[in-house]
Amino acid sequence: MAETAASHAHAPAHAEGTNYLNAQKGLMSWLTTVDHKRIGVMYLISTLVAFGLGGTFALLVRLELLGPKKDFLTADQYNQAFTLHGAIMVFLFIIPAVPGALANFVLPIMIGAKDVAFPKLNLASLYVYWAGAIICLSAVLTGGIDTGWTFYTPYSTVTSTSVISMTFGVFVLGFSSIFTGLNFIVTLHKLRVPGMSWFNMPLFLWATYATSVIQIMATPVLAITLVLLIAERAFGLGIFDPTLGGDPVLFQHFFWFYSHPAVYIMILPGMGIVSELIAVHARRRVFGYHAIAYSSIALALLGFLVWGHHMFVAGQSELAGVIFSFLTFFVAIPSGVKVFNWLATLWGGSIAFTTPMFYALSFLFLFTIGGLTGVFLGILSVDIHLHDTYFVVAHFHYVMMGGTVMAFLGGLYHWWPKITGRLYNDGLGKLACIIIFVGFNMTFFTQFILGSRGMPRRYYNYLDQYQPLHAFSTYGSWVLGAGFLLSLFVLMTSLRSGAKAPANPWGGASLEWHTQSPPVTENFPGTVEVKHGPYDFNAEGTK
Amino acid sequence: MSASHSTAHAADTSKLSPQFHVAHHFDSADEQFDSAKLGVWLFLVTEILLFGGLFCAFAVFRSWHLEAFVSAHHHLDKVMGGINTVVLICSSLTMALGVRACQTNNQKQATAFLIATLLFAGAFLVIKYFEYSHKFHDGLLPGRYFTYAGAKYPDEKIFFGIYFMMTGIHGFHVVCGMVLIGWVLLRNMKGHFSSRYYVPVECVGLYWHLVDLVWIYLFPLLYLVG
Amino acid sequence: MKEVKLDGFWLPRSGSTLAPEIDFGWNVAMWLSIFFFVGIIGALVIFVMKYKRRSENDVTSTVDHNLPIEITWTVIPSVLCVLLFLVGFKGFIHAQVAPAGAMEINVTAQRWSWLFTYANGVEKDNMLVVPKGKPVRLIMSSRDVLHSLYIPEFRVKTDLVPGNYTTLWFEATEAGETTLFCTEYCGMSHSDMLAHVKVLEPAEFEKWLSEEASAKAKGLPPEELGKNLYTGKGCNACHSLDGTPGAGPSFKGLFGKEETLADGTTAKVDENYLRESILTPAAKLVKGFPPVMPTFQGQLKDEDVAGLIAFIKAQK
Repeated sequence: MAETAASHAHAPAHAEGTNYLNAQKGLMSWLTTVDHKRIGVMYLISTLVAFGLGGTFALLVRLELLGPKKDFLTADQYNQAFTLHGAIMVFLFIIPAVPGALANFVLPIMIGAKDVAFPKLNLASLYVYWAGAIICLSAVLTGGIDTGWTFYTPYSTVTSTSVISMTFGVFVLGFSSIFTGLNFIVTLHKLRVPGMSWFNMPLFLWATYATSVIQIMATPVLAITLVLLIAERAFGLGIFDPTLGGDPVLFQHFFWFYSHPAVYIMILPGMGIVSELIAVHARRRVFGYHAIAYSSIALALLGFLVWGHHMFVAGQSELAGVIFSFLTFFVAIPSGVKVFNWLATLWGGSIAFTTPMFYALSFLFLFTIGGLTGVFLGILSVDIHLHDTYFVVAHFHYVMMGGTVMAFLGGLYHWWPKITGRLYNDGLGKLACIIIFVGFNMTFFTQFILGSRGMPRRYYNYLDQYQPLHAFSTYGSWVLGAGFLLSLFVLMTSLRSGAKAPANPWGGASLEWHTQSPPVTENFPGTVEVKHGPYDFNAEGTK
Repeated sequence: MSASHSTAHAADTSKLSPQFHVAHHFDSADEQFDSAKLGVWLFLVTEILLFGGLFCAFAVFRSWHLEAFVSAHHHLDKVMGGINTVVLICSSLTMALGVRACQTNNQKQATAFLIATLLFAGAFLVIKYFEYSHKFHDGLLPGRYFTYAGAKYPDEKIFFGIYFMMTGIHGFHVVCGMVLIGWVLLRNMKGHFSSRYYVPVECVGLYWHLVDLVWIYLFPLLYLVG
Repeated sequence: MKEVKLDGFWLPRSGSTLAPEIDFGWNVAMWLSIFFFVGIIGALVIFVMKYKRRSENDVTSTVDHNLPIEITWTVIPSVLCVLLFLVGFKGFIHAQVAPAGAMEINVTAQRWSWLFTYANGVEKDNMLVVPKGKPVRLIMSSRDVLHSLYIPEFRVKTDLVPGNYTTLWFEATEAGETTLFCTEYCGMSHSDMLAHVKVLEPAEFEKWLSEEASAKAKGLPPEELGKNLYTGKGCNACHSLDGTPGAGPSFKGLFGKEETLADGTTAKVDENYLRESILTPAAKLVKGFPPVMPTFQGQLKDEDVAGLIAFIKAQK
């Protein structure tokens, strides 16, 4: 497919060695750019900073939980630490990271376009992200925030901490998310080059499309919920306040109507990346392309129908609980189908043990555990016991971190040569992946055991009997932290001393591997022709 | 209407909208126009979902506190609300005519219609201001500020919580709409728009119709049904 | 000492008639998970070893679909999911519908303590005493924010919502003690909002209940009463007796002290100051402490307040 004819490769308009990174120089050229690649890079840096910050709070939380009573933090500091960990990781890292950074960079290239449909809106989304982040973090300086990232009423309306800063920040961040999603949908509809039919697109784009649909449809509901919460605190509106005739459980309905689909905003792009990693690094045509593509859309739509499974014991009606449980099981099917298709894609492939493949295999291992433990929580009766215990904490970390973060890192290592034009040390990259994998399981598998034994979440003090497992989990968090630092070190050193990356280091077949690394500002020097599908590795010109 | 306009007047396009050019990443003006319209429609979806949340809240509380809602809605002024509905419908008409005038290269007419739309929007806000100040005066306010002595049901304050949220957020959208209409009005007066290029007017028009449409649901729900 | 007794590696001891059904659901999910996990990861390991790259010119399979296989791996999990749903449904309905004639106990939660009120008027703070082998139904509400009542050994959990009543029921199967947790985050001392659960033989329970009723009628000396309230109302979560400051000032040597307030003025800790601080805590806040104490207006009778003051006086 996907080759730009050889005669265009050195089009006279571009001097040798010109690319999007060095086409213009200076800070202002970055801050005023409308190039999706530069915006993607700035998103990448911003979300990685957020990840570091959220991770620091996670380490503080784990450190405090080393012993059953007070160790380092006061109860109040601990409550603020886990709130900030959750809010930063969810709103500042995991929701924007893959769409804002990786999809922003590769999506237009993968469909042969020069940019996204609305480049200025794309830049605006980054500025709105920065503004939202600053407003969120201003909460730390103006009294902190101790509600948990879910802002449940009525606690969030009575606590003396600065809930308004944080929720207003999240409200602003919602616009950033909507702008990105809207941009991607229009781009995918209107800017595909001739020959790039919907079913000729890499699967990552199907996942991104599904994600964008959720961003458009769910985020506004969160926005209005947060506006109501702010009005509640500022003006005593009463909609969620039982003393004024309101209902606190209504807040949970509103909140999860966004936040459950938001779970798919977080995991779908990860699933999309893994489809790419497995296909490219096993050089194998994807098994069940249509099934994987449709399952992404199915997940996006089903995700809107299951919010009530967060509230089985919250005082909603039994009938609602039963219906939500039934629907919840149908979310398991598309996820399962994806896993089986990825396995079948490994079958008969030519599996290279590269760093991205290590992350993809880690993803399969951890996501399988995350998915299967989700089934426990979907079973109504079992959820009564497990709800709001560490079992839930472990489950969503296996999905969000074992799933999305592993996929994000895999994608980062996969496209790093394309983004930076540098190759990294593959051996050290794999070592970092192994350390992260071990540390992750140490930290979070213990939490399944804690939870099933009855340890409630968000506890500062806990019963002595849980201490050994908590301590083990804390040691694991140190291993995990070390793994991330090593991983970062591998990438950073590649910038200084890495070898120059060729256009197609992995033998990929989708369009982004058919332009130079790093690409020129307009992505392709000449016109783009799609000659074969994104996974035709045996076709001419991909070897 | 989207696909043919740029070729229909192919002969004299050079004089129309001289600043207009197709952005580098689009193949044609049509593609750019379609993209912009799709983008605005998607944005309108988010707006509908935003108000959808409020409509859900209204439905839930109305079913829980039916008597209080019915009793509370009698405090709203049906005449003022009705006049406002007519005002907004007129503004939608003038907006549509303004877009039409741009499409047919009638710059002066477009200016007149856009100014008329702005005036209708302003009239809406003035009437809303009188309604609000009346409510403030009577103490018909949300939640803990509800001080109206003659309330038959304590939950009437919830009605006013929702009333002020819904009409307040709608009012905010009207203000945003006025800013946007003012912006396309200025650009129109500078001669930026023509049958060759009128995307901004069209998009602002779509947005304005949505703002009207939301009110067309708000009025019967709050003022008539209660 | 509070603890949750375990039975096996994963789950707590099964202490109520609801537990076996929930544990059945757990076991079904567990064995299915192990089956699928071993299958998926086993296949993964085998494929990775068998199909590792041997040369750059490996020719890979181009098989990209196989309808019978795809239908199989969609339909079988779907059927299993429906079965799992039914297992959960049955256990859930059992847990939701209390048998007729269950003994009712009212539960009131407040940051950060539990109050259990029996039909004969006996009130116990942070101590739930129930008879063995008799269904008990808890009718629960919260005075302030959301809480959730969780007894791991009984496998019961339901949120307490202010302005609303929620219920749960259980029938304890063994005499003994266990722990009750709050599992809905409720602020500063959420993790100290625990209660003892005591299961007594039915005859012993009746005896305990009538003794409590007569003790309540007699009344206690003020300092004793204050001591009970100190733990019962959860004062101990924030106010220590050994001088270490918590979320609030320690009671040790508090009485008679000159305190600097948040607004810079000072106040002498006397009977009136203590009374005001218990009933309207925000009125005179001691400098350096957050305004998190809930009011006890309407929950403490005059003799309760007097009892607490006597107790604080005694902490020299």
